[in-house]
Amino acid sequence: MVLFAIVAGLMVDVPRLDILNETIRNLFYHVTSWFAMVFLFLASFIYSIKYLSIGHESDDLLAKVFVQVGMVFGVAGLVTGMLWAKFTWGAYWVPDPKLNGAAIALLAYLAYSILRNSLTDPITRAKVSSVYNIFAFVMMVIFVFILPRMTSSLHPGNGGNPAFSSYDLDNTMRIVFYPAVIGWILLGLWISEIKFRFEQYKKSHE
Amino acid sequence: MTIAAILAKEIKTDIRNPYSLAASSLFLISSLFVCYITIKRINAASTWIALFWIILLFTSFNAVAKSFMNESRERMLYFYTIMSPSQFIISKMIYNAFIMIALSMIAVIIYTALFDMDIADPTLFWYGVLFGSCGLAFVLSMLSTIASKAGSNLTLLAILGLPILLPLILVTTTLTKNAIDGIDWAIQWKYAFVLMGLNVVCFALSLILFPYLWRE
Repeated sequence: MVLFAIVAGLMVDVPRLDILNETIRNLFYHVTSWFAMVFLFLASFIYSIKYLSIGHESDDLLAKVFVQVGMVFGVAGLVTGMLWAKFTWGAYWVPDPKLNGAAIALLAYLAYSILRNSLTDPITRAKVSSVYNIFAFVMMVIFVFILPRMTSSLHPGNGGNPAFSSYDLDNTMRIVFYPAVIGWILLGLWISEIKFRFEQYKKSHE
Repeated sequence: MTIAAILAKEIKTDIRNPYSLAASSLFLISSLFVCYITIKRINAASTWIALFWIILLFTSFNAVAKSFMNESRERMLYFYTIMSPSQFIISKMIYNAFIMIALSMIAVIIYTALFDMDIADPTLFWYGVLFGSCGLAFVLSMLSTIASKAGSNLTLLAILGLPILLPLILVTTTLTKNAIDGIDWAIQWKYAFVLMGLNVVCFALSLILFPYLWRE
């Protein structure tokens, strides 16, 4: 698994070389890092549910690690998105439902980290933060995926704007884009797994 | 022990000891008055509605936070022996929803008295206020149990609550602002529907998740 992730993670390096220096290149970083973030938060959500229903301590640890790594991808997605917005819309931040949703999602997960740190008893911490994680994920889904669909948005894919794949994604880009998505997700999983093992190791040597 | 009995208990304790309830309403009234003194006049409907919901949001933090933090450990243990967790959280949520609806009614009355605003579609406006405050109560009842596990901290409740509440706040502000502007029902129905849906989702989530927090 880890080995496969290393290979896939290296595949992400490929588009940096073979695509021209244009802003569309950002597609491989911005969109893919959001995909990876959503995927990692989804994984965290699933592990939180698993923890609450079964109760293995490692599930909670995995949920925590997924959130932490997902946030790194979230920040990466935000920064690349801001740069992209600067060059296409003229400002780093525009009052747009999708952008606000993304920022709020990150705030919710920051609150999750603070909640974890403020609890000392490991079992209470695991339970309480799992509950909050599930709550946060459901609200993030509502905020990022449902509400932007209701109002007009500058962001591609909503409010009458065509999504990126309809006309500007030609076949050569598609070849890079889909592996890049998978690559970023696997990279995220790989980092999470390393971090998870490290945390488990730390715990067993305390 | 049923839901009705615990509701009766909550109301009785509030009648016997009205300070906490009075404190929340006083907080609401004084913050409304501070806004009146500092702003004096609001012309735009969007500013009017934004200020209204911000005041109500912070009042709700104060009002709902006390409902779990006031319960002593011994009393929680007693509840634990006599009733199921879902009964407990349902009664808490209903009670908090009542409190929030009462507070938001006070808020609407005083706020419209202080800042004049014509509401084109009062039915829809009240619908938004009612379900908005219900939703606030549901989410915050749940989150205040989480916060009380982490040492009864109001700041923690606020940082946990704000990101979670934002979808709700966004929908209610849009709905109530459109109600003031008198925007057609054909556009409004989807906000009304989403608001109702959010309430249902929050209620259901709390119901499902609370039993896990209950036992410690």
